[in-house]
Amino acid sequence: MLDISKLLEEIKQTPFDKVEIVSPWCGRVSFADIKEEDPVAGPSGNWLEVPGTLLANVEREHNPKPVRAPEKGRIEIIHNELEGQFIEAGTPLLTLKHFLTKQEVIQIILKQALHLFNAPERAKYYFVPEVDVKIRAAGHRSVRIANGMDLFIMSRMKREAILPYSGPEGLIYSVYFSHNENVGAGEPLIGVCPEELMPIVEDVVARVQAEWEEQE
Amino acid sequence: MIDVEKKLHRLNDRLAYIKDIFAGKQNEAVRMLQVRLDDFQARVAEMSAQERLSAISAMEELFTFMEQKLDEQLSPMDKVRIVRHPQRICLRDILENVYDNYTEIGGQDDKSIDPSMLIARAYITRRRGKALHNQPVMVIGQETGHGDEFRNGGSVKPWGNAKALQYMKVAEIENIPVHTFVFTPGSYPIEDYPGAAQQIARNLYEMAGLKVPIVAVFSEGGSGGAEAIGLADRRLMLSHGYYSVISPEGAAAIEGRLRDGTRAAPELIERCALQLKMTAQDNLRHGLIDQVVEEPPLGAKPYHYEFFQSLRNELMRATDEVVLTTRSFALLRGAISQPHRPKSLENYNAENFVTRWSLSTKARDRLVVLRQKKFRNLSNGRWIDPRTSFDLMLTKIQATSTDLLNLFRHDLWGRRKKQLGYAVEEMDAGARMLLHRIFNPFFSFTRELFGTKPRAKIAEELTTLSSWEEDGSKNGTWSYISSKAKEDRAVTCPNAAKYGCLDLWAPDLFGEFAGVCTHCGYHFPMGYKWFMYNVFDPGSIREFNQEIEATNPLNWDGFDAKLEQAKQKTGLKSGCITFEASINNTRMCVALLAASFRGGSVGVAEGEKFLSAIERAQRKRLPVLAYVHGTAGIRIQEGTNGVIQMPRCTIGVRRYIDAGGLYLVVYDTNSYAGPVASFLGCSPYQFAIRSTNLGFAGRGVIKETTGLDIPPDYHDAEKALSRGHIQGIWDRRDIRANLQQALVTMGGRNLYYK
Repeated sequence: MLDISKLLEEIKQTPFDKVEIVSPWCGRVSFADIKEEDPVAGPSGNWLEVPGTLLANVEREHNPKPVRAPEKGRIEIIHNELEGQFIEAGTPLLTLKHFLTKQEVIQIILKQALHLFNAPERAKYYFVPEVDVKIRAAGHRSVRIANGMDLFIMSRMKREAILPYSGPEGLIYSVYFSHNENVGAGEPLIGVCPEELMPIVEDVVARVQAEWEEQE
Repeated sequence: MIDVEKKLHRLNDRLAYIKDIFAGKQNEAVRMLQVRLDDFQARVAEMSAQERLSAISAMEELFTFMEQKLDEQLSPMDKVRIVRHPQRICLRDILENVYDNYTEIGGQDDKSIDPSMLIARAYITRRRGKALHNQPVMVIGQETGHGDEFRNGGSVKPWGNAKALQYMKVAEIENIPVHTFVFTPGSYPIEDYPGAAQQIARNLYEMAGLKVPIVAVFSEGGSGGAEAIGLADRRLMLSHGYYSVISPEGAAAIEGRLRDGTRAAPELIERCALQLKMTAQDNLRHGLIDQVVEEPPLGAKPYHYEFFQSLRNELMRATDEVVLTTRSFALLRGAISQPHRPKSLENYNAENFVTRWSLSTKARDRLVVLRQKKFRNLSNGRWIDPRTSFDLMLTKIQATSTDLLNLFRHDLWGRRKKQLGYAVEEMDAGARMLLHRIFNPFFSFTRELFGTKPRAKIAEELTTLSSWEEDGSKNGTWSYISSKAKEDRAVTCPNAAKYGCLDLWAPDLFGEFAGVCTHCGYHFPMGYKWFMYNVFDPGSIREFNQEIEATNPLNWDGFDAKLEQAKQKTGLKSGCITFEASINNTRMCVALLAASFRGGSVGVAEGEKFLSAIERAQRKRLPVLAYVHGTAGIRIQEGTNGVIQMPRCTIGVRRYIDAGGLYLVVYDTNSYAGPVASFLGCSPYQFAIRSTNLGFAGRGVIKETTGLDIPPDYHDAEKALSRGHIQGIWDRRDIRANLQQALVTMGGRNLYYK
């Protein structure tokens, strides 16, 4: 069985992701005015319309194309030796240390702990009436499901079909679709958690919410 | 004691108001008033009743005296604080105190389509002998409501301006005058239908031809918002109001090149307020308003009843004057329409006279002509024109001879010719029908007997594929190649991350591809010359009025140098180029706003050139094309002289369209603010080149004024098309073909080629 506490401890040991920035194309590199340990920002704004911090320009055919930070974090390594050099696409330019946010930590844990049941095709999905009643009455985390159980109604272009659940037995931990909205093929519909893991997952998520300190 | 306490409370209020107006400035008089009031409050308990009364009276007199003294020291920015103060009179105060009766229409407090726009039917009662006359008016204006949150400080949303227009038309149907009251810091800058810019343009266009008297009173006249209801036959202004192209804070942000909502220093704001020349006295001096209505010291407040009486008198007088100038007695018209009111009319008490405010059909037509003339003459001469009086006379003679020639060619001879043509056509059609009826039985009999052979051409049409018609597209061979095409470099499309567009080599992109990404169709900005020399027939361009030069009418600090720099950089004398040119031999008048000259901003010179082009087109029966290579709005350094170009040019457009012309607008790159909200936005045929942005205010201004975050594609041409602001999106490579199509399918009755 998955040891979630151990997983959390492991994350705590290295509470960051290392993001390697590679040159997307070939060209001559000139790094922006940055140094190691400098903080950088990823794209921001409601529509991610504000670009991330400029890290370098890779000039090709007199066209200085910018390379920007994809995530918030700190610069760990800059390959300054490449300054002014002509490089191939895919050459590492810098490494960013991206500190995990609460949401990212929770996502890592849930990814390990939950079984995701995905939409087989683009359609609108609804729970079958019996399950829907239970969810309305006591919330989705009280609904126990098993392999082969009729769980969804898949609705598309006035065609409705029953979609049975396939996967391990457990409780519905999270629902990723909403009423009357289309879900694309391959996108998750629900996350299912084995019943015995449920209290531990809930506890760990609550601990992360309360205790996780996001580093700049 | 209660009476003294009340008076003391009022004095404290007056002092707080003074402090608000002078906003922390170290003023000796304010300090002295504070000391005297504190001293009085400390001693008041020890005084006898008699002493208290006399002391408080003395204090009141001191306040009145000091307020008069302080009034003389008011700076333009102090006046801005006066009009924005919650104690400032608002439209409801005016309705209560100036009119004898009123009914608010279409809203009650916050239950209104836009609580910042107030409409009311009101009347003024006048007495002649024993008879009482109720004279109805339509009152329209922005309502600030003494700081009511839901009124948005008088910032009207597009649908509020649409409501104002609706009731102006009601007034026109009912033949009653319109009184408008401008209490706005500016329009609410959102693009949702009908759109801030487009609705203001529509209001201006309709007001330009509204056939009832309009009298406007300006208290806070903030740019486009003010123009939406400010195009009037008489424009009065309250002595402590302001009327400006932009708020002093906005001007300071532009002057200080501040971004992301950074606030400008108070000194810079104060300096900009001074330079904008936006007070009533400045505007009167520049001839942009007709009259100043004096307010009590430090501005009118709701309890200044004498002020309301004088405002009522001035409103009646102004309406009387407008009405009388349209009457058919030429002598009377002459006496009243003098630019400066005769001394004999100075003490005219409107209460003692009754002038009927409804107009006859002829008077209504005359009213519109007078209004149009009035605006044509505003800001006259505030540009540089090096032509000698002899040159100007020659131009005038040329214009008159063109008028005469056209009168003969199109009106006298042309109309007869057309009528004759119609008669011949009708006779011809009748004869054909008759022959058909007579001979058809015989032909049908022979057809049945011998059968028919398809003619060779019909047979070919039926058996072969149709061929592509020549549509004017040049298949990548352009007469003019942009200088950008000479650079040896690759260019990345802004949509590369989204659509995976490959880099393009500049000589290809700006040469053969006409600045269009071959993968996603994104249109890179191109210089205005590309348009001039690739769209029109080669050698057909004849520029006119190129001598008219932009200047610095308000002597804005440092602007002369900036203007000189722009002239040298672009080789242009103003941001507007006017010329005649042909497409497939169809001649047209073009007014081009060049983005490279001070961002394509419009000042007096640009307005004058645009108007002259429109008038020339009207005279010569040519269609007009306004090609907006880019415009950032009205040039703020020209102040109200710039903003007046909005109604001025819109009136020109209205006259032209009414005369039966075709007015096309084509937007390219970025077009914003005043011009879009007036003479461009009023066109019934507006098109945009792909990848254009157009709207009323930019992202920063929207965020600053409304607090709304807008998506990056908010001003896209596609969005403008979806909102109904424009009528189509054109590919740059098809401009010529589309213009050709527009010339034959759109437009009025009075074009030479139709």
